[in-house]
Amino acid sequence: MMSPVYGLIYILLAPIAGGLVAGIDRKITARMQGRVGPPLLQPFYDVGKLFEKENLVVTRSQDLYALCYLVFMLVAGALFFAGGDLLLVIFAFTLSHIFLVLGAYASSSPYSFIGAERELIQIIAYEPMIILSAVGMYMVTASFFVSDIVVSSIPIVLYLPGVFIGFLMVLTIKLRKSPFDLSTSHHAHQEIVKGVTTEFTGPNLGKIEIAHWYEYVFLLGFIFLFFAFSLPIALLAIVVAYFLEILIDNTFSRVKWQFTLKSAWIIAGMLGLINLAVLYYLSGGLQA
Amino acid sequence: MTYLKRSPWIIHYDASSCNGCDIEVLACLTPMYDVERFGIVNTGNPKHADIFVVTGSINEQNREVVKNIYEQMPDPKVVVAVGICAASGGVFRECYNVSGGIDKIIPVDVYVPGCAARPESIIDGIVKSLSILEEKRTKMNSPAAKKDTQSGGIQ
Repeated sequence: MMSPVYGLIYILLAPIAGGLVAGIDRKITARMQGRVGPPLLQPFYDVGKLFEKENLVVTRSQDLYALCYLVFMLVAGALFFAGGDLLLVIFAFTLSHIFLVLGAYASSSPYSFIGAERELIQIIAYEPMIILSAVGMYMVTASFFVSDIVVSSIPIVLYLPGVFIGFLMVLTIKLRKSPFDLSTSHHAHQEIVKGVTTEFTGPNLGKIEIAHWYEYVFLLGFIFLFFAFSLPIALLAIVVAYFLEILIDNTFSRVKWQFTLKSAWIIAGMLGLINLAVLYYLSGGLQA
Repeated sequence: MTYLKRSPWIIHYDASSCNGCDIEVLACLTPMYDVERFGIVNTGNPKHADIFVVTGSINEQNREVVKNIYEQMPDPKVVVAVGICAASGGVFRECYNVSGGIDKIIPVDVYVPGCAARPESIIDGIVKSLSILEEKRTKMNSPAAKKDTQSGGIQ
């Protein structure tokens, strides 16, 4: 059953949780680099400041696109936490990123352009794996509805180990972590200035940052689904997965887009598809 | 409650500096000084930056670039001139191609002395500029300032 209350809770609390995750991320990253690092609440200060700044735009449509990015991310996450259809969630999730790309294209800046193209390549790279995750969950629990998947007592991750590893791989792309932070990044890579976000200033950049927080919580919620049979194991899995992402972020240098696309597809194809094929044969076809 | 002072993002531009000051600016980012403690991030994008950190002096090559970067930054913004060349032209002052310090082109808010400026004094200069940034924000939001198209620097 869908429960809009959880969706509402997500809308209200996800920015707080997402901002804290971003703060912890920056703190741990700093410690890994032997630095003290910023205060835990630094992401909130950053966004607060961005809303105090002047809004400079190349074209007014950027305002709309930045807002749409935030709104559709909210829709995707709220649907997910309300227990909606996974396919619809993924559709809204992709749509929100398309708005970000459109916003970058609208500004007619070469840096934004390259960022937008790389963002599109990233979407192409991660999309199959996310769809495969949804399909895998359907094969195990016979439902695309998050509300059904989350109450099922089947340990989904044991049925979908390949899909889970593939999902962790695209999570690195989604969280804009180092080997795959092609389109924009939180670090000091400056060869395309700031990629997709180059031409967004002040409040618009703030909206994009808040959308990222919503995205963090949504993606970590997706990890939860794999371990939904046990709450403590699920929470542990989320913490370990996120820590791994930070570790990878700080260990690897950025790769080219060709490698990103190839590796994401090969891993999705090898681990994801083989996993699903094996599952199909073992279960003697789809029972549902 | 203001967040501007807690999250100053800088853009660093090398205007014909000898690289001495630039290395010291970068030294601020190392684990030794770690300016991210104060929320300072080196953005490399004028549209995201609050503080314009310039090293070196103005010459014919970079006159337009300095102006361009300054104009692309959203208000409120401050300029920190790092090193003696950025303040007055320094030892290059008499050169045929050097027209002087950064304040020949754009309003400078804080001058950080030194050749090269020490990381400690650069951090001090940036922290000093934060109160000026805050002052500018209050001015920007006051109704009288809304009419001003160009907010002049506070010297």
